[in-house]
Amino acid sequence: MSRAETKEDQATPDLSLNEIGNDYKYGFHDEEDYIFKSGRGLTREIVEKISAMKKEPQWMLDFRLKALDIFMKKPMPTWGNCQMLNDIDFQNIFYYIKPSMKGEKNWEDVPDNIKNTFDRLGIPEAERKFLAGVTAQYESEVVYHSIREDLEAQGVIFLDMDSGLREHEAIVREHFATVIPAADNKFSALNSAVWSGGSFIWVPPGVKVEIPLQAYFRINAENMGQFERTLIIAEPGSFVHYIEGCTAPVYSSDSLHSAVVELIAKPGAHIRYTTIQNWSRNVYNLVTKRAVAHEDAKVEWVDGNLGSKLTMKYPAIYLMGPRAHGEVLSIAFAGEDQHQDAGAKIIHGAPDTTSIIVSKSISKNGGRTSYRGLIKVYPNAKNVKSSVKCDALLLDEKSRSDTYPTMEIDEKEVSIEHEATVSKVGEEQLFYLMSRGLTQDEATAMIVNGFFEPFTKELPLEYAVELNRLIQLEMEGSVG
Amino acid sequence: MTAQKPILEIVDLHVNVEDKEILKGVNLTIKAGEIHAIMGRNGSGKSTLSYTVMGHPRYKVTSGKMLYKGEEISQMSPDERAKLGIALAFQYPVAIPGVSVSNFLRKTTNACRGREIPVKEFRQELKALMAKLGVKDEFLSRYVNDGFSGGEKKRLEILQLSLLKPSLAVLDETDSGLDIDALKTVSEGVNAMVSPETAILLITHYQRMLDYVQPDFVHVFQDGKIITSGGKELALELESRGYEWVQDTTVNQAVSV
Repeated sequence: MSRAETKEDQATPDLSLNEIGNDYKYGFHDEEDYIFKSGRGLTREIVEKISAMKKEPQWMLDFRLKALDIFMKKPMPTWGNCQMLNDIDFQNIFYYIKPSMKGEKNWEDVPDNIKNTFDRLGIPEAERKFLAGVTAQYESEVVYHSIREDLEAQGVIFLDMDSGLREHEAIVREHFATVIPAADNKFSALNSAVWSGGSFIWVPPGVKVEIPLQAYFRINAENMGQFERTLIIAEPGSFVHYIEGCTAPVYSSDSLHSAVVELIAKPGAHIRYTTIQNWSRNVYNLVTKRAVAHEDAKVEWVDGNLGSKLTMKYPAIYLMGPRAHGEVLSIAFAGEDQHQDAGAKIIHGAPDTTSIIVSKSISKNGGRTSYRGLIKVYPNAKNVKSSVKCDALLLDEKSRSDTYPTMEIDEKEVSIEHEATVSKVGEEQLFYLMSRGLTQDEATAMIVNGFFEPFTKELPLEYAVELNRLIQLEMEGSVG
Repeated sequence: MTAQKPILEIVDLHVNVEDKEILKGVNLTIKAGEIHAIMGRNGSGKSTLSYTVMGHPRYKVTSGKMLYKGEEISQMSPDERAKLGIALAFQYPVAIPGVSVSNFLRKTTNACRGREIPVKEFRQELKALMAKLGVKDEFLSRYVNDGFSGGEKKRLEILQLSLLKPSLAVLDETDSGLDIDALKTVSEGVNAMVSPETAILLITHYQRMLDYVQPDFVHVFQDGKIITSGGKELALELESRGYEWVQDTTVNQAVSV
């Protein structure tokens, strides 16, 4: 039996739609019980306090303060969903919450309320089953992390970013903010000023981490700002697959998640970065993700956006060495009052570099998706090949999808393909499936799952199952 | 056969598509164990009848009766009808990209049978039917009708009907686009569905499928209704004399009455 077939058999949860509510099942929250919670709003004192509590070296404090300055001076973006963006009240947000003393290595040592939360989210179970390492971040700090001993023995470093800075300062200092400088945009500046947590991964030359490493991000408090910082360095010829998942409670007022993720794939290295973003619908998700791929290196962003109020995220790959390859495969799902403004940027800075972008989006109940993409080819980057494919599926008349592709091609010997489609769930498709006994909801879910299949098949099996289940939940009562 | 109850009973059925009347008073009764063929020119309304029986939302019943095993079905959704035991083999099956044939077949079979069939049991049943219909294993991992040839689509339709085991199978131009070998295999599949409990309604433009699937009754469709009915010899008559002949005959009959 082929792998694909096995997956088909398992990736089809046969849940009766009538039995399940359309609730966001991660919407619960814990009582607040914190070691430290900053006041609302952002000040120089808070930045200094964060750095002092983390006992950081002076250069990092300097970096934070400079970034704060940039954040204060930089205007809000004047593109994207400005109306939603301008609703963010930066002075109402808690910028730093420390839930416990340290990141534990045993689940037993994690404080009970937090442990229960992650138990409910299925994290320890997932770790036992199919992960090589896990970090779990709760509010601003990583409360748990582990890595398989055999990987540690091979020299693989998988730590939270704060520990990474403490224990491997030289490596961090050499690479930190080299891919995304603080001044890149207003939200990368904000993250640079108040960052806390996130993952630090370093894979030694030639080491292949065959089983995924995972980080799980959880916001618990209302009006929380989560600003994790992730840095992954794959030394020549190495491989790593990193997965992140995110959820938050449902609150009436908004929280802010603004991460910075930097990937460095050295010659011949391969990094795959998978995200399943399932924030509750009161979270602003404004994330800067960028990778550099050197000679013969390969970087893949597999990016799933299901939740949040407004997501603005355009994973980028700078192909800086000959024959480097970049892929961005993304899906977005926007329901009522949601806007998924996502896309990809590929910069071809060297000859013989290749890239593939596949973007799939679904809008329903008045939800809005946007694809915003950039393909840039520098002069003398000969024999570049790039293919961009954007497909949008609208489930009703009031939903919306837009495409904003940008091409800046400064070299003649290139091959660039761009294809964009917008379609509606067809009456004939629905009738065909319903004539085979599926209800309208089941039929729609099947069409949607099929539409997302190019994405789903790239996920580890367990995630594919979960994603299909989430889609089935989202589909309940969506058409009619 | 006389004691059999009707599976499908259509009485003076009128159907509109976007405010245009397409079916103009159809009368048809099909009993268990019977095979009925409907023949007619393109545009005569015979495909409309098949869509109406299955419940396509664009085909509105404006008057008349449509009873399945004595129960009025014209207000039921297509999935409700499927669960009662009605199935349609489409003339133009649509593609469902990204959904594998194996996943699709298992889900739809479970839905129609109203229970979860154990994976192993289902697989055995499926493989046996696939062997009979000359469907290769690789079929299962392909996406439903996506990039299928005309013949592959028709085979998949018959494979589905064989799995669903409907009491009423409607086949809409299943013979079109098939070469002679495919036609034979597909016809064998149809014949295998025949039982004292099932009824088959075969809609076709040509007589050739009727060489392999022997109908008990043949009806000729014209301008939204059945204009004449007979035994299987009517199909042969039509083949040799053309549709004008029926038209003329019925007009003559009408005049003589």
